[in-house]
Amino acid sequence: MEQIAFYLFAGLAIAAALLILFTRNLMYAAFALFITFFGVAALYVLAMADFLAVAQIMVYVGGVLVLLVFGIMLTHQPKVKSSAASNRVLAENRGMILGGVVAVLVFAMLAKVIVTADFVLDGPYAAQKSTMEKIGLALMTTHLLPFEMVAVLLLAVLVGTGYLAFNRIKQTRS
Amino acid sequence: MIPVTHFLLVGCTLFSIGLAVAVTKKNAIGVLLGLELMLNAVNLNLVAFSRHDPAHLQGQLFALFVMVVAVCEVAIALAIILRVFDHFKTVDPDQINRLKG
Repeated sequence: MEQIAFYLFAGLAIAAALLILFTRNLMYAAFALFITFFGVAALYVLAMADFLAVAQIMVYVGGVLVLLVFGIMLTHQPKVKSSAASNRVLAENRGMILGGVVAVLVFAMLAKVIVTADFVLDGPYAAQKSTMEKIGLALMTTHLLPFEMVAVLLLAVLVGTGYLAFNRIKQTRS
Repeated sequence: MIPVTHFLLVGCTLFSIGLAVAVTKKNAIGVLLGLELMLNAVNLNLVAFSRHDPAHLQGQLFALFVMVVAVCEVAIALAIILRVFDHFKTVDPDQINRLKG
């Protein structure tokens, strides 16, 4: 049962990722990325990382994808300024052959390393309960410094993006 | 029970596809989609190894920080892309080839 679920969600994630690669419509690519994120979240659950799965759905699906869709719409330039024309956001692919060759070579190298490696950690593992308590404790004790640094980073990003967006509005008004 | 190798293979497939997307898309936001895919693939590896380390869960904590940094990167990148779009009226990375404004 667990295996069926694993291969189902892994196949879903990979199929959606291939759709991102081959579609020309950027909106379809964004929605395919949505499916990929869900598939990866399901794989997190199967790897017994329930907190990360929920965080993945909330952060990526709720935050990043909305941001990306906003970006796609704001930078879209319709060729014909007419409401009757199709408003699909098309982005051509370039250098498909070269990019494909590079990706296949990287995949072959990584797959060879993974298949031939003899991982110490590979083997049976103990089933465990929710990871939330452990993650919370670790964030407040052993990982407090990175936690605080991430907080400062988020503040800097907030100020930086606000600054960029604010200047943009002022420029377009004048 | 799923061996850790299968998680890693899924991760490396997603990483390769993300690399291909980032290299081939003719739109800066398409490149960002590929980057997100690659970061997710890396996170999957960290989580898969963390399954065998239930006492410390260091892989999961690292994946959590990677997630935060990925979100920051997307926010900044989108702000920059919007400014670039204002200036050049295009988001094709090939056509943005002037440093002087």
